[in-house]
Amino acid sequence: MSALIEQAVRILESVKGSEEIEVYVASGVDTEVQSYQGEIEELTNATSTGIGIRVLRDATSGAQVGTAWAGSLDDEAVMDALREARDNARFATEDEFIAFARPDGVPAVSLELTSPGVANTSLDDKIAMAIELERLVRSGDPRIRQVDSANYSDYVAEAAIVSTTGIKASYARTGAFVSVEAIANDGSDDQTGWGLSAGRSPSDLDVEKAASDAIRRATRMLGAVKPASFKTTAVFDPRTAATLFSIIGGALSGEAVVRGRSFFANRVGEMVAASNFTLLDDPTDPRHFAASVFDGEGLACRRNVLIEGGQLKAFVYDTVSARRAGTASTGSAVRGGIAGSPSAGCRALQLIAGDLDQAEIFRRVGNGIFVESLIGVHSGVNPVSGDFSVGVTGLMIRDGQLAEPVREITVASTLQRMLLDVVYVGNDLEWLPGSAAGQTVAIENIAVSGT
Amino acid sequence: MLDQRRVEELSSGRDRGAGIRVVVGETTGFAHTADLSERGLLAAAQAAATVAREGGGGVREIALGPLTDHPTLATTLPKDVDKARKIELMNLADDAARSEGSSITQVSVALGDSSRRFVVANSEGVFAADHQVRTRFNVTCIAKGDGGMQTGYRPIAGTRGFELLSGEAVAEAARGAARQAITKLDARPAPSGDLPVVLAGGSGGILFHEACGHGLEADAILKQASVYAGKVGQQVASPLVTLVDDGTVEGEWGYLALDDEGRPGARNVLIENGVLTDYMWDYLRSRKEGRLSSGNGRRQSYQHLPMVRMTNTYLLAGESDADEIVAQTPYGVYVAQLGGGQVNTATGDFVFGMTAAFMIEDGKITAPLRDCNLIGNGPDVLQRVDAVATDFSMTPGTCGKNGQSVPVGCGQATMRLTGVTIGGAAA
Repeated sequence: MSALIEQAVRILESVKGSEEIEVYVASGVDTEVQSYQGEIEELTNATSTGIGIRVLRDATSGAQVGTAWAGSLDDEAVMDALREARDNARFATEDEFIAFARPDGVPAVSLELTSPGVANTSLDDKIAMAIELERLVRSGDPRIRQVDSANYSDYVAEAAIVSTTGIKASYARTGAFVSVEAIANDGSDDQTGWGLSAGRSPSDLDVEKAASDAIRRATRMLGAVKPASFKTTAVFDPRTAATLFSIIGGALSGEAVVRGRSFFANRVGEMVAASNFTLLDDPTDPRHFAASVFDGEGLACRRNVLIEGGQLKAFVYDTVSARRAGTASTGSAVRGGIAGSPSAGCRALQLIAGDLDQAEIFRRVGNGIFVESLIGVHSGVNPVSGDFSVGVTGLMIRDGQLAEPVREITVASTLQRMLLDVVYVGNDLEWLPGSAAGQTVAIENIAVSGT
Repeated sequence: MLDQRRVEELSSGRDRGAGIRVVVGETTGFAHTADLSERGLLAAAQAAATVAREGGGGVREIALGPLTDHPTLATTLPKDVDKARKIELMNLADDAARSEGSSITQVSVALGDSSRRFVVANSEGVFAADHQVRTRFNVTCIAKGDGGMQTGYRPIAGTRGFELLSGEAVAEAARGAARQAITKLDARPAPSGDLPVVLAGGSGGILFHEACGHGLEADAILKQASVYAGKVGQQVASPLVTLVDDGTVEGEWGYLALDDEGRPGARNVLIENGVLTDYMWDYLRSRKEGRLSSGNGRRQSYQHLPMVRMTNTYLLAGESDADEIVAQTPYGVYVAQLGGGQVNTATGDFVFGMTAAFMIEDGKITAPLRDCNLIGNGPDVLQRVDAVATDFSMTPGTCGKNGQSVPVGCGQATMRLTGVTIGGAAA
C-alpha cells in the first residue's frame, strides 16, 4: 500500500508555481468465476491500475480545475495526464468555490476492511464454490428448470489520495461475493429469483443461503398473476428497501442541493418523513459493506445523521459543494473510479432499526402487497421531481399473511409522500453490498397499477 | 460539463490495453493487461489459459492474413477541435434553453467524445481493426413552478466526429429540453392501469429493445432463459412488426464497421411481418450452433469479455399517418419521449419509463403527465401493435447488460399499442 502512496507523492513533485495538484491512484486484482452445468463457463483474472489527476490553477476571481486520467502508471502516461489536466484547467470557469480538500483535523477511524482470505484462497476453491452454488440450486427443488448463471467473484482494491494541499490518505479493501439466478417452472410459466451472499473474505460467504434464497424467491413466484389496479400499503423487503434508501440518499447529497436538484433543499429542520424514520450515512460502521476510512478526497469518513425522527437534519458535502453552501465538508466525497471527479454522496446508509419483525409487520398491515424485486428503477424514478414508479414482483398480503404471487405491476407514489407514509420499520437490518443496508419497511398510499 | 454556465468538469483520459480470451470446449478463460510489452502480454495469456489445465501443450501455427482496417467515418476528429470551441457550443445551448422562459432554473450541458481504436486477432485467422469515433451532447433542464421541479432532457449522439454538432442542432436540443421541463410543470399524475398508448417516433424504439431485443440475444436463447427460445418461424408479434438490428446504419450511435470480435457489422432481420426469423449471435454462441456470428459480439472495453449485444434496433416504418393514429384514439396516453427500460428475459416482463407524455382525449393530445414507468410482457405487448406510421426516426441510448455499457440506437415511427399498463400514481 505504501508503494502506491510513494508513487502518488512523487507526482506531486512536478507542481509548478501557485498551482495545486491532487493525485488519486487505484489498483485492483479481480477474479470472477461463472459455473454452468457443473463446468467453468467463464474465468476472469484481472489486474488493473489507474490514475486520476486534478490540477487547480489560481485565477483572478477564484480558481480553475482540470482533470485527466490514465489507465496505467507508466511515467509517460502519468506525465501526459498531468499535462492534459493543466491544459483542461485553462478552459474551466474561474470559480471562487473551487478548492481541494485540506486536512480538517477529524481523525480517521481504524477499520479492518481487508481479509487475507481473498488472496490466500486457492483458485480451485473459488471455482468449487461457484460449481457448488449451481449444484445446490439445481438440486434444491424439482421445479428449478435452469440456472442462468452461478458466480463467484472477489477483489483486492487499494487506493491512495495525496495532494499539495496536505492530503495523504490510503486505504485497501477486499470483497468476496456469490450470486445466482434461478429459473423455476411449474409446467406453464417461468419465474426467476436471485440469491446472493457477500463478505470481505470467501470464508464469510453463505453459499447455502444464497442458493436457498434464489430457490425460494423463484418458486414462490410460480403462478403469479397480474391483479387489477388498487391503492394499498406496500411492504418492501430489506433488499428493495435498501434501493429505496439509496435513491433518497441521492436527494440528500449537498451537491444536488446546491445545484437546485433536490426536493429537500431549504427544508432542514422540517418534518420530511414519519417519526419512526432515522437515516444515517455512516461509513465508520465496520458492519456496512461500503464502510470506509477516508472519503474520495482523502478526508476522514464520519457518521452523519441526515434525517432524525422524521426531521431533516443535514446533507452530505464534499469540499466544493460545502463551500458553495457556506459550510464544511462532511467527509462525504465519493468518486466513480479514476476517471471521475469527487462529488458529494452518501456512501453507507442505514435506517435505524424498528422493533417489529417482518411477520409482525405483515400482521399489522393486514392487507397489502409485499415487494420482493424491483425493475426499472433508473427509468421510473425522477430524483428531482420525486416521481416514483417502478415495476415490481412480489406477493399479496391478506389477513396478515403472505398470499398469492403477483407480477407485471408497478408501484407508484412520490418520494416526498413515501417518506411521510412510512408506517412500520422492521428490526431485520441486512448488511447488503451497495451504498445502503436495508430492512423491512411498510409504506401506505401506494398506487399499484395492474390491469 | 457545463452547469449553470460554469465549466465545471473538463476531463480527458487515455486507456490502452489488451484482453486475451482462451476458449476450451465450453469454458472461457479471460485476462486483461495494460502492459503491452511482450512480457505483459505473455503473463496475461498465461492467466487466461489457466482454464486449459487439461490441455496437452504443443504449438499450433496460425496464419494471419493482412490486417483489414476500417477508418473512422468522422471528418473532424475530437482532438482537432479547440476546447474553447466546444465550450462555446455548450454556452450557446445554455442560452437557448434559458430563452424558453424564466421558469428554467437549471441548465446542465455535457459534451463528450471518444476515439476508440482496436485490433482483433484470433486463432481462426481473424485480423481486423476498427476506429470508432463517437460524439455526444446532452442537455438537461430543470424548471421550477408552484408544484415543485420538473426535468427535461434531450440527447444528440452519433458515431461521428465534431461535425455532428452544429450551433443550430445544439440550440434546438436545448430548447426542446427546456420546453419539456416547462410543459411538465403543469403535469398531473399519470393514470394507473391498462390504456391504449401512442408512442411518438424515435425513442419509442426502446419498447422493442426491452420487449424483445434482449430476449432475442443468443446467450439468453441457448440457456433457455428467454421467452423467445424455440420460436423461430412462429408468429410472435403483430403482422405490422418488422424488427431489424443493424450495425451498418452509418453514423448512428450503435453503428460499427466491425464488432468487438472482428466480425463486420450487419443488418439482421429479427422479426418479419410478425414472424420471428432469427436471433442475434456472437462468436461463442454461433460456434456452438455451427453458424456465423451476426456481428453482435460487443464489449465495453478491452477489460471486458464480449457478449451478444444489440447495435441499432428498429421497427420498420408502416403506412399510417402519425396524426391520424392520434385522431383515431378516443382515450389513452401519448408518449412523446421514453427514458430507459429494463427486462427480465426469462419471464418477458419489462418496463420502460416515459419522460414526456400527455393524455389523449377525444383524439386530441391534452394534459401533460408526470413521469412514470409502463409495464408489460414482451410476447403479449408485441401482439398489441395495431398501427405504425411513416415518420421514422432514431434515438441514441446506452444499454447495460451484466455490468457492461455499450452505445446503441433505437428507432421506430409513431405507433399504437391497444393497451399497456401505465404505472402512474393517480387514484
